Amino acid sequence: MSGLRLEGAGLVHANGKRALRNISLALEGGERIAVIGPSGAGKTTLVRLLGTSLRPSEGRLFIGDADPWQAGARALRRLRARIGVVHQSPPIPPRLRVVTAVLAGRLGTWPTWKALASLLVPDDAAGARDALDRLDLGDRVFDRCDRLSGGQLQRVGIARVLYQRPAFILADEPVSALDPALADLSVGALVAESDAHGATLLASLHAVDLALKWFPRLVGMRGGEIVFDRPTAAVTSAMLHDLYATEGRALPQQGVDVLAVERPANVVMLKRPGCQ
Amino acid sequence: MNTTAGTVAAPAIPLRDPAARTRATALVVAVVVLWPLLWLAEFKPWQLFASGNLQVMGNFLAGFLPPSTAPDFLALLWKATLETLAIATAGIALALVVAVPLAILATRSLAVSRIGPGPGRGAGAAVRTATRGVLTVLRAIPEIVWALVFVRALGLGPGAGVLALAVTYGGMLGKVYTEILESGDTRSARALLEAGSPRLGALFYALLPSTAQELASYTVYRWECAVRASVVMGFVGAGGLGQLMDQSMKMLNGGEASTILLTFLGLVIVADAMSAVIRRVLS
Repeated sequence: MSGLRLEGAGLVHANGKRALRNISLALEGGERIAVIGPSGAGKTTLVRLLGTSLRPSEGRLFIGDADPWQAGARALRRLRARIGVVHQSPPIPPRLRVVTAVLAGRLGTWPTWKALASLLVPDDAAGARDALDRLDLGDRVFDRCDRLSGGQLQRVGIARVLYQRPAFILADEPVSALDPALADLSVGALVAESDAHGATLLASLHAVDLALKWFPRLVGMRGGEIVFDRPTAAVTSAMLHDLYATEGRALPQQGVDVLAVERPANVVMLKRPGCQ
Repeated sequence: MNTTAGTVAAPAIPLRDPAARTRATALVVAVVVLWPLLWLAEFKPWQLFASGNLQVMGNFLAGFLPPSTAPDFLALLWKATLETLAIATAGIALALVVAVPLAILATRSLAVSRIGPGPGRGAGAAVRTATRGVLTVLRAIPEIVWALVFVRALGLGPGAGVLALAVTYGGMLGKVYTEILESGDTRSARALLEAGSPRLGALFYALLPSTAQELASYTVYRWECAVRASVVMGFVGAGGLGQLMDQSMKMLNGGEASTILLTFLGLVIVADAMSAVIRRVLS
């Protein structure tokens, strides 16, 4: 019911450049996977495809059991309200206050009058602060976004999706502007959100160590194609080095040494009860 | 030499700017188009300084001095100024009623059907084109023409001016609002639409925060233009300072005309100050 599936999907941009080729990928409801790969591998395009921001040029997308591109306008809008996307550079106007930027996460479910009233008096400042607290940013709730640093703004973008409480969380390099400790905290918050509410989570990550630490399944991408798709425990160091071979340097990571990162034994596929 | 070394050097990218030819062409086209236009418009600025002309203009302007300060004229002027302000303000208010809904309909960055593109894209594009068409028709006909039409229906007085402003300025404001909303960073609006937000949600949470200053300053500027336009419409009987000016000119009373012109200057300065205050509040 709450899974994501791409079947033989490809994408050619309007300028004729091919970004994705023959992608088949299935996530079960509540599953968490990380997508890794060098720059230009197609990770962002994959997230946009899954988030119904781009329409596949070939193949099909299923969200739950429905093909969003066969649905009517109203059904598509309801479906989109259940998808939360964390963008690499947060799409938040600088003059917005943090509380408003976070509350905007629920615009898909709020009636319009409530959205407008909330601009005068924030409808749920407590909820916004809760979401920010999980990212260690609760004290900035009434600041304006242009007072924040790039890393803080990126966390506001994550808080917006946490507040949205979507069934599908798609994160596109969500911690690229954060230092290692905050990156770890923020990915942890996304994982905890998925765990608590059974949300399906897909995150593209540049830092391999974060992917290894937090995600039970890894998808490696290069040149618009999936190179491997395995449980994290079955991903070898040779596969990782091979994936980044063209970058001609060490594996990108937040911490010090990817191979020294402890793989927690307790990372197992978490599923919502009764959702096989 | 490279082949003997076993490597192939990448061909050097030529440093000729690929945009240079387009720019040069644009410059030539601009000159070729502008020259006949100046000729058509009989643009001969040197005639200003021909000996006879300077004196004629000087005599005409001298008739405006000194500005009239007769008390009964000032009372008349005060009433006419209030009337002009009332026409301009009511006209802009009505124009907003016309412009805002049309601008929201016509703004591409608020159209959810363009994402994908998704369902309803054909209908959406048709509505946007039709709305832009309406805006064009509204502003294509000058307000003075509308005023002449409405004066025949409503009789002499400010009412005709207000309606004429509402129609023309509704079209202008709607068009420029649309363009302001579409310029700048529209990613934030798109992100909200992609999360299921309705059109008004994306407008108020994404586009307005980044464009409010520009929208407000353009609106105040248009109010200033409306003050001037209501003066012109006064000449055809739509009341206010224009009507007073018309009477003074017909009576060849230059002093009164110059007092009226000074009042215009004051009004423009007031509009400027208003714009500055609004921009400061919104920033």
